[in-house]
Amino acid sequence: MTVVLETRNLCKSFGGITATDNVTFKLEAGARHALIGPNGAGKTTFVNQLSGVLSPTSGTIILNGQDITNWSVRRRATSGLARTFQINQLFADFTPLQTILLAITERENAGSQWWRTSGARSDFVDESVTLLTSLGLADVMQQRVGSLAYGRQRLLEIAIAVAAKPSVLLLDEPAAGVPESDRDQILDVVDSLSADVALVLIEHDMDLVFRFAKSISVLVNGALFVEGTPAEIANDPRVRQVYLGEEELLHV
Amino acid sequence: MSAVDVKAPANGATARLSLLAGARWRWYEIAFWIVVPSLYFLAPTKLTLLSEILILGLLALSIDLVLGFAGIVTLGQGGFFGLGAYAAALMAKWGAGTAPLSDPLLGLAVAAGVAGIAGFLTSFLVLRGSDLTRLMVTLGLALIVDETANKMKWLTGGSDGLQGVLPAPVLGVWDFDLYGRVAFCYALAVLFVLFLVARQITKSPFGLSLQAIKGNPLRARTIGMPVNARLVAIYTIGAMFAGVAGGLLAQTTQFASPDMVAFHRSADALLILIFGGAGYLYGGLIGAGVFRVMQDILSNITPQYWQFWLGLVLLMLVLFVRGGILGLLRATRDRFFPPSSDKAAP
Amino acid sequence: MLTILFDGVAYGMLLFVLAVGLCVTLGLMNFINLAHGAFAMAGGYLTVVLLNKFGVSFYLCLPAAFVFCAILGAVLERTLYVRLYDKSHLDQVLFSIAIIFMSIATVDYFMGASQQIVNLPPSLQGRLEFLGASVGVYRLFVIIICGLMTIALQYALARTRFGSRLRAAVDDGRVARGMGIDVTKIFAITFAVGSGLAGLGGALGTGILSLYPTFPLKYMILFLIVISVGGTTTITGPFFASILLGVADVTGKYFLPSFGGFFIYTIMVAVLILRPQGLFVRGASR
Repeated sequence: MTVVLETRNLCKSFGGITATDNVTFKLEAGARHALIGPNGAGKTTFVNQLSGVLSPTSGTIILNGQDITNWSVRRRATSGLARTFQINQLFADFTPLQTILLAITERENAGSQWWRTSGARSDFVDESVTLLTSLGLADVMQQRVGSLAYGRQRLLEIAIAVAAKPSVLLLDEPAAGVPESDRDQILDVVDSLSADVALVLIEHDMDLVFRFAKSISVLVNGALFVEGTPAEIANDPRVRQVYLGEEELLHV
Repeated sequence: MSAVDVKAPANGATARLSLLAGARWRWYEIAFWIVVPSLYFLAPTKLTLLSEILILGLLALSIDLVLGFAGIVTLGQGGFFGLGAYAAALMAKWGAGTAPLSDPLLGLAVAAGVAGIAGFLTSFLVLRGSDLTRLMVTLGLALIVDETANKMKWLTGGSDGLQGVLPAPVLGVWDFDLYGRVAFCYALAVLFVLFLVARQITKSPFGLSLQAIKGNPLRARTIGMPVNARLVAIYTIGAMFAGVAGGLLAQTTQFASPDMVAFHRSADALLILIFGGAGYLYGGLIGAGVFRVMQDILSNITPQYWQFWLGLVLLMLVLFVRGGILGLLRATRDRFFPPSSDKAAP
Repeated sequence: MLTILFDGVAYGMLLFVLAVGLCVTLGLMNFINLAHGAFAMAGGYLTVVLLNKFGVSFYLCLPAAFVFCAILGAVLERTLYVRLYDKSHLDQVLFSIAIIFMSIATVDYFMGASQQIVNLPPSLQGRLEFLGASVGVYRLFVIIICGLMTIALQYALARTRFGSRLRAAVDDGRVARGMGIDVTKIFAITFAVGSGLAGLGGALGTGILSLYPTFPLKYMILFLIVISVGGTTTITGPFFASILLGVADVTGKYFLPSFGGFFIYTIMVAVLILRPQGLFVRGASR
């Protein structure tokens, strides 16, 4: 398998606090990888460095063989790295249709066209509608995003990332804060994502992790604690110990 | 996954129609562009005032593009207005009233060019920083233009203003007359053309991306949008619009002075836009009309103290009314005729 | 040369007393009150009225201006400004422009558009020889009063219970609230004191600053320069910025009168370009 995303000796410190401690990590094409760890383990900080929101103190990030450590958020995005946010980052005044159309238009480098009318490209619109339908957002695609139910907004958050047709997709707690009743829908969507995309799932919910992941990394105090298959992780006494203070999460 | 709602557009074609519907001309838009030209016949004695309103409206429109759509707070649009005014005035002066140098359209092109270049160069300063920094940088830049106009007496005539501004006839046919007939038609034609451009911009993918940046710049970046390039582009376009407005004022009044650059010009234009409502395109135009008419009436009641009432109205607007006149109208409409679906802003 | 420097320092210290309230309120509430100069104008005109119409001593006018403007500031803060804290910067700017317009028109209505001249008491007229320079007694008085005010402010901030609470609130309003500090109350008091100081500065400066109805607009720009150069997290920053600006302005006008305000505006834009985030980290992080 080819490696699509890689970090080498990645470090990030805020003042005296080390949030990412010498992380060397590989992600293979089409992977289903979960990144877990107790609260404050530095999972989101790690993802923020991968997507370029934060720049690392030292170390290298490599995407599809290219060193992207100093690339901007935008350049990473156009090179096949997409992400969702733990806290929704949406355009509240847009409709889901407009949102996805915007993402597709930018992907196709047509976002600076001022002489066209938005929506004139039927291929873009068709793709938007298909995507929204496949994520179960067809019925609300003409409503204002800010007025949607939270679970729907989480789905749209994923849809935006998928619209970019990424080779690597970072999902930062996709089900966080979603009511139990809507949770299955999000799990279904995550399950049904294309096998070409390498997925990294940051999650607290162990049900979701073990249902979805083929491999797991455990992050503790900013450092990679242990890596392995779900079975290995579930049976690893050290992981149990790390999670003991939290709650009995690993009863699978 | 949930079943698709029956009412929702099930396929791309209907979705596309609904998207394109946002760009369709509404009846009130058509009515607006019928009423405004007919003022030529309805108020033939007020043409000078009306021309001025059109020009102020264009200036406010330029701010709407930058602020209302892209969310860049600016107090410096008067600087570009002034640059355009001086550029057009100097062209007319140097040509001594004869084509080609004094040709009004050429003058406007130069005004747009000069203001556009200034806008492009300064846009990089405006990209950085918060709203506060933007306010102060734009204000500072406008003050520098103002001060330059005052001090470069050999070029601008200093605080006395630039005399002898004689534009050639429009298109070589219509000479500017004392009653402001040509001035009105000329200003209206220019405004209409630029309005069409602005309207197209806001309904395009480019316009949509600006609103996205205004709504959430972080998300805009993570979907791969070149946020800074887009902001530079709209700021430059806004500067060109303001430059044309300044050029129009210089040509129709045959005069240019530092007063055209002063702080109150930027502030007035911003107020006009807020009066009318930002983000609607028509807000600046309607605001300009209301503002100037109000100024006229209030000045008649209390000459020179009308600023007080202006301030009071503005205060009420900020405290109690969101979105200016058009925002008020929309809220009223939504109350009495609730929209069929909960649609997003156009 | 020394005389110019001296005049510049006097002007700068006056600017500091005028602007310090704005700096602190901006840092504290992230609220940009462009109308701060209106309070200074109120202090100036109050002095003119008391002095020229009622013959009150100039020395009594100063505390009167402070008290009057502090009360004015407190009333406006509680009734109007308080509604603006959670609104956008644009709304705040529009609001303060409205206040500026209304204050200009009001003063114009009651006092007329012409410049106001005050007759300083004889004890403040005349010049002194000081280190080989000819020094105006009035300017020396300005420096002494402003210097005392600065020391008092610095002491109040560094040594008193209120000062430490204020600093905590400026540093991180949310944490301060969490610790049980009443930030709203602190802000109201700070706003009132800041307005009072502006009024005092306006009164004190009646002989240096030209007092027209458009005063708030003219000095708004200088205040903004002080803030952009000095920052809003300390009061030493604005202090040095004010002195620098005062000296630069006075010497600039003396040696290169044809450049006028060009010089200081360029400084302001240059600083904002070089350190926009540095000076407004708080503004940007919000």
